[in-house]
Amino acid sequence: MSIRYTRRDSLKSLAALGAAAASPLAFAQKPLTIGVIYVGPRDDYGYNQAQAEAAALVKKMPGMKVVEEENVPETAAVQKTMTGMIAQDGATLLFPTSFGYFDPHMLVVAQKYPDIRFAHCGGMWTEGKHPKNTASYFGYIDECQYLNGVIAGHMSKSKKLGFIAAKPIPQVLRNINAFTMGARSVDPKIVTTVIFTGDWSMPVKEAEATNSLADQGVDVFTMHVDSPKVIVETAAKRGKMVCGYHASQAKLAPQAYLTGAEWNWLTAYMTFIDAAKAGKPHPNFVRGGLKEGFVKMSPYGPAVGDAAKKMADGIKAQMVADKFDLFKGPLKDNKGATVIAAGKTFKQTDIELEKMNYLVEGVVGSAS
Amino acid sequence: MIVLLPAFAIAAALLVFGVIVAFAGVSPVDVWTLLFKGAFGDWYSWQNTLQRSAPLMLTALCVALPAQAGLVIIGGEGALVLGGLGCAAFAQLVPLPANIVGTVMVCIAGAMAGAAWIALAGALRQWRGINETISSLLLAYIAIGLFKHLVEGVLRDPASLNKPSTHALPDGMLISGIGGSDVHWGFVIGVVACILFALWLRWTPSGFSLRVVGGNPRTAQLVGLPATKLVLLACALGGACAGTAGAIEVAAVHTNANASLVSGYGYAGILVAFIARQQPIAIVPVAILFGGFGAAGSLLQRRLGLPDASVLLLQGIAFVFILASEALRGTDWLAFWRKVFGIEVAA
Amino acid sequence: MNADAIVTFVAAIAGGALRVGAPFLFVSLGECLTEKSGRINLGLEGVLVFSAMAGFGGSYWSGSPWVGVLAAACAGASLAFLHGVLCSLPRVNDVATGIALMLLGLGLAFYLGKPLIQPQAAQIPSISLGDWSDSAAVRSALQINALVPVGLVIAVFLWWAFANTRWGLLVRMAGDSSSAARALGYSVPGIRIAATAAGGMIAGLGGACLTLFYPGSWSEGVSSGQGLIAVALVIFARWSPLRCVLAALMFGGAGAVGPALQSIGIGWGYHLFNIVPYVLTLVILVATCRPGKTATGAPGELGAPS
Repeated sequence: MSIRYTRRDSLKSLAALGAAAASPLAFAQKPLTIGVIYVGPRDDYGYNQAQAEAAALVKKMPGMKVVEEENVPETAAVQKTMTGMIAQDGATLLFPTSFGYFDPHMLVVAQKYPDIRFAHCGGMWTEGKHPKNTASYFGYIDECQYLNGVIAGHMSKSKKLGFIAAKPIPQVLRNINAFTMGARSVDPKIVTTVIFTGDWSMPVKEAEATNSLADQGVDVFTMHVDSPKVIVETAAKRGKMVCGYHASQAKLAPQAYLTGAEWNWLTAYMTFIDAAKAGKPHPNFVRGGLKEGFVKMSPYGPAVGDAAKKMADGIKAQMVADKFDLFKGPLKDNKGATVIAAGKTFKQTDIELEKMNYLVEGVVGSAS
Repeated sequence: MIVLLPAFAIAAALLVFGVIVAFAGVSPVDVWTLLFKGAFGDWYSWQNTLQRSAPLMLTALCVALPAQAGLVIIGGEGALVLGGLGCAAFAQLVPLPANIVGTVMVCIAGAMAGAAWIALAGALRQWRGINETISSLLLAYIAIGLFKHLVEGVLRDPASLNKPSTHALPDGMLISGIGGSDVHWGFVIGVVACILFALWLRWTPSGFSLRVVGGNPRTAQLVGLPATKLVLLACALGGACAGTAGAIEVAAVHTNANASLVSGYGYAGILVAFIARQQPIAIVPVAILFGGFGAAGSLLQRRLGLPDASVLLLQGIAFVFILASEALRGTDWLAFWRKVFGIEVAA
Repeated sequence: MNADAIVTFVAAIAGGALRVGAPFLFVSLGECLTEKSGRINLGLEGVLVFSAMAGFGGSYWSGSPWVGVLAAACAGASLAFLHGVLCSLPRVNDVATGIALMLLGLGLAFYLGKPLIQPQAAQIPSISLGDWSDSAAVRSALQINALVPVGLVIAVFLWWAFANTRWGLLVRMAGDSSSAARALGYSVPGIRIAATAAGGMIAGLGGACLTLFYPGSWSEGVSSGQGLIAVALVIFARWSPLRCVLAALMFGGAGAVGPALQSIGIGWGYHLFNIVPYVLTLVILVATCRPGKTATGAPGELGAPS
């Protein structure tokens, strides 16, 4: 869709044009202000840091201005932040990065400002239901969690794995399932115990959960919380191994860190920024996995064995070549029901997967 | 003097805050300009400020009204969340018309839930002698736990997979902005409530009796005022205000009840009430000041790169100074300055 | 569930009680001292978080956890001292000051603590009390923070001092009957300020436990309202330092029940478990209070205008 410039923007553009009148590329190089909103601190070794790293790279690009706000809770406060960025800072492309910003907050603001583009991380943009100036982007990080699981499966001696998660939402369940399936592809007797802490950032509960699981004999941990720092440190203190998530926590526990599932958000950000700069329609549903460079794996830690590396690398190559399907039938959930019938295969891009509400066989824990 | 002292306190706080940010390499003048701009600079900022002040007025009343009866209630947060839950649950369980009538009814449901909760704290005080500050705090925690349990359990909307919440209120029941602005009608409700209660306390017999019970319990006893009834009334009214705040948050902002409802308005309201010296009419400007601080915070972060906690720090300093300035109230300034300058006062 | 699993489960709860209860212990002892002198400090949440940050910062910049502990204690004492001084001014209300101080403490902590979110700081060593056991769960449950014995010593000392020393008597007098203390020529505000500051210092040790032991890192969510809960804890313990120890263990254990149950597959009623301590406190209050007669053991001046 075409962008109608507000008067402020046209004044800015005129000024930019005037100043760069000599350059033939002036027309394409209008300065673009983007706004990035974080639910926690930017340096949390986790979710927000991954987003901030992309934002920092964007800031360095010519013709780009980035305004950021941290610690914005998933309440009406984010609506105020978004409106502020639009009205006060002149942002025309916003990245509300936390899951809970989507509905109703981003949708409400998007309706009020149909000329501003919104790119939400993790939401499920649906044709017909959500306005065209909104979009959602996400990465198939479950592919990386699968590889985490493969490594964990090799390295675990007790055959018990632990997964500490915030809330039982589809993306989280998908990660838990991928991790478990990866581990069980190494040894079908492996069991993953999952503990839900209730919210994205609960340091004390995460530490408690780690200790509880360690007491139960778990020896490899992974997680889906905003800041894995506490879990990584607590697990390392107990002498256990850990697979990271969101960003690399290798520095925190160099001996205990096996590998990790990391985001590479710059790819996603550029998709939106390029479209905005070129005046092309806002891409509404942006997804990608290892193949598209939306996600990546951390380098292997010193504790990982060669057999494990070889197997994981092999599977990764298959994923990049689009020859590996994670979710295919027959697949049973941990209550015994069949959730994917025999013969059915889901591609990563399949929308059905974004509604996942079950935990696969081999997971101890409940999705509801 | 009533306004001058807090004004001086705020000025002093801004000065101190300016010194602190100077250490972070930021120009204090920039900070002061942005604070003003972010709170009161343009229509956008005003909307932001007023919107934030709306729930604060009601939760402050939850502290101020029982205070008139001599009680210190700090459990407004609990009443607020139960009010929001009551509003959403009522809309879900009872068929209501999807228009303003429905809105009024769900707000009343929320108010009643809040009223019951705080009245419980009052009752515990009257019949068991339990300090209401403690009991209301405990009840607040219990209310939040119950709220989370019910929202994620029995009252949960099965479609709200990703963020457990109750069913959404039908569109017709939602509270809209005033004349298309961002400030919703909750603001008006807050201001009207403050004015009405100020009038009630000042001009009606029941309001007066309440103040006697709070100001001079012995006299109240001697005169035979029904202290228990009045205390419970004050608590119920205060709780109703906080409950209404919760209901309005649901109906105007969130459209359903979920964990984001627990956002500290109850606790902020306590401070607003104390700074307003428990006078409903003063609650309005104090709440707006508070709202202004919050509104300016985002701008500080985005323009100057200051951590978001800066505004929290400023608020803390400002309120410590304002409270301390209370001690200077009633000072005979003339005599003070004369003494300082050694001027003798003629006998 | 077989015997082994039961042992593991119980050990998990016990471990949780000791881990999560340690900060509770210090904060409640601090609040106990403050309240015994007749002042209520609702700002302990701010004190706790501020001293947690100070402790982490101290340990990070000096490399020694004990410097961090000292920093935490000093930070706690200073913030509480401010509370004490403010409350001694005429017409200043304890409750409001407490909340204002909570905001100030949180604000200072988050503002100054921004650079401390990423780094790791040297941690307080742990003492292994469980080496006699074969079970890994029991061993790890009984790994206690080296500050916990200090806390126990403080608790015993306070209990003994309240009954047997001149200072303890003065504090109790200021708390029970300020006119008696004044009649004897002592400055009641002075005693209260001293008690509040000392209480803050003890609470500061609790802050050190949070960031230098468990969970062991600084972040803005490191405290979950423990400072405010301490007020309830002290009432639950009926203002006795020894009972504060038991109460802290109980509140800590309640916080650990949720994750422990989840780790064996039971996930229901998670939020309800979290509020059990508050419900219990309320029940105890209802059972023991009578109108006109405040809770047994409550200092007489608590809640009276200063």
